[in-house]
Amino acid sequence: MTVLLAAVVGVLYTFGIYLMLRRNVVRLVFGLVLLGHAANLLIFTAGGLVRGRPPIVAVGELAPPPGTADPLPQALVLTAIVIGFAVVSFAAVLVHRVIDETGTDDVDEMRATE
Amino acid sequence: MNGLIVVSPVFVPLLFAGAVMVGFRRLRVQQAFGVAGAVLGLGAAITLAALVWRTGPQSMHAGAWPAPIAISLVADTFSALMVLLSSIVGAAVAVYATSEVDEGRRSMGFYALLLVLLAGVNGAFLTADLFNLYVCFEVMLMASFVLLVLGGDRCQMEGGLKYVTLNLFSSALFLAAVGIVAGSAHSLNLGELSVRMPAIAAERPELVAALAGLFLVAFGLKAALFPLHFWLPASYHTPPASVSAVFAGLLTKVGVYALIRVFSLLFAGLAAVLDFMLVVAALTMVIGVIGAVAQFNIRRILSFHIVSQIGYIVVGLGLVGAGDPAARRLALTAAVFYIAHHILVKTNLFLVGGVIGAMRGSEDLGRLGGLKRSAPWLAVLFLVPAASLAGIPPLSGFWAKLGIIAAAVDAGAWLVLAAALGAGLLTLLSMVKIWNEAFWKDDPTPVSEDRGRRPTAAMVAPMVVLALLTVAIGLAPQALFDVADRAAVELLEPDAYLAALGVAGGTP
Repeated sequence: MTVLLAAVVGVLYTFGIYLMLRRNVVRLVFGLVLLGHAANLLIFTAGGLVRGRPPIVAVGELAPPPGTADPLPQALVLTAIVIGFAVVSFAAVLVHRVIDETGTDDVDEMRATE
Repeated sequence: MNGLIVVSPVFVPLLFAGAVMVGFRRLRVQQAFGVAGAVLGLGAAITLAALVWRTGPQSMHAGAWPAPIAISLVADTFSALMVLLSSIVGAAVAVYATSEVDEGRRSMGFYALLLVLLAGVNGAFLTADLFNLYVCFEVMLMASFVLLVLGGDRCQMEGGLKYVTLNLFSSALFLAAVGIVAGSAHSLNLGELSVRMPAIAAERPELVAALAGLFLVAFGLKAALFPLHFWLPASYHTPPASVSAVFAGLLTKVGVYALIRVFSLLFAGLAAVLDFMLVVAALTMVIGVIGAVAQFNIRRILSFHIVSQIGYIVVGLGLVGAGDPAARRLALTAAVFYIAHHILVKTNLFLVGGVIGAMRGSEDLGRLGGLKRSAPWLAVLFLVPAASLAGIPPLSGFWAKLGIIAAAVDAGAWLVLAAALGAGLLTLLSMVKIWNEAFWKDDPTPVSEDRGRRPTAAMVAPMVVLALLTVAIGLAPQALFDVADRAAVELLEPDAYLAALGVAGGTP
């Protein structure tokens, strides 16, 4: 399972970077979305995959029994998804405004600041 | 009580950002809350700095959880100094912006964004948790994204797109690195990580080397290290001068701070990575300053100089990899001193550039001229930070450069020494170019006196204060040198930092 997820992460990074290298700014945003997903899956996978053993502390115990899933990476992924959502929303609006303002979606033609 | 003081430089700006939003569309209310928030934030930072200087590193553990479990904020000398500097810049820019930023931008939430940006920057300086550092980066970035494109000129949009893309890419790399750290060390507390990292490095050196590489690229992009610097001169000159002044003073320095903090705590043993960083930093110094020579817009010249100056600071970190303990201590001291000098001077130069732009309606050197005659006071206000940036004694830049050069001599890094001296000379050339073109030569268009606005007291006062600080550091460098030295000692032997985090024992 870890190997499969590692392959998925690799594919997501590949497509994300490929899309970011295109000249079309809309694809740029899609690339950013894929990079975010890849990072989230990477965190999830790197945290170690444990099936069916939630980190629940029994009554009277101070720590969950050994061998349970690490809750830390999952908390990270949740937070990162929320932040990623906000960032992608902003990027989508920005790209919309950029196309409105410059009249093109080709990054090669955006040279006013160079 | 001390915990409240530690968190106040983050909390006060956030609180006032909320207050500004309550007054949305009412300019005077927003402005009053905005300036008050920045000034009170400066008060909080001064209180924190005084407390840390008197009693050593302070901490705040969120939710009253025991120390390594809670998400902690720690203020050691380095953090407190950075928070103090960012709050000085924040207050100066908040006052300056009351006249410089146009009414449309100010009434559309400029002050709320500025305060959120300050909260994010201060949070990044104070946090002792790797993921929290990521969150603070994102808070700071979101505020900076909107500040950069607020107003919506074509140039702002294009510059903003480049800035947003590169910063989001860097954040994605940072996040991936954080995830791998969490998965391999089962902690994100910087103190715990610094204790566990040597064991992990001994067991799996390739993993730790890859992590160091990810952090170097992620933070290097934010700090604008060569060859990841190109987004900075493409975007920093597009928004109003107040915005670019606060960006120039603070944002790249957050990247540098993160580099210094993470590499001194987590990867201090990786001499190869630090050597690589030294090479990159030397190239950054030279490439940045050469880029500036070709430019004719004042703020673009200054933007390239940010890149070059970042090189000087990172040289200090890179030299930590070589040499004996005394040389390492001197190198980090010089880096911290350089950051302090750089933040004050660079912000001030952007503020001066903004005044020139406001008076003449242009920042293009070809169209400027005669300012020496029409605004001699402005010539003085430009000369002080410009001479300081170029490293002319007795201003702060001279001591900052002297520190870096002394550290390079101690470490026997002769090529770096040559690069630093050469870049210093070219910096002087750029500053002389601005001086000659904007101030010294005759005005090419004689009627230009009426083109722009007269600068108000609110614009001049922050520049005077920052210039006086530069002169004060130049005349009494020992005071700042002592602070930087203490920060360097705490970074190299993080026992006090670990104790404030409740993590027992240093590296075995």
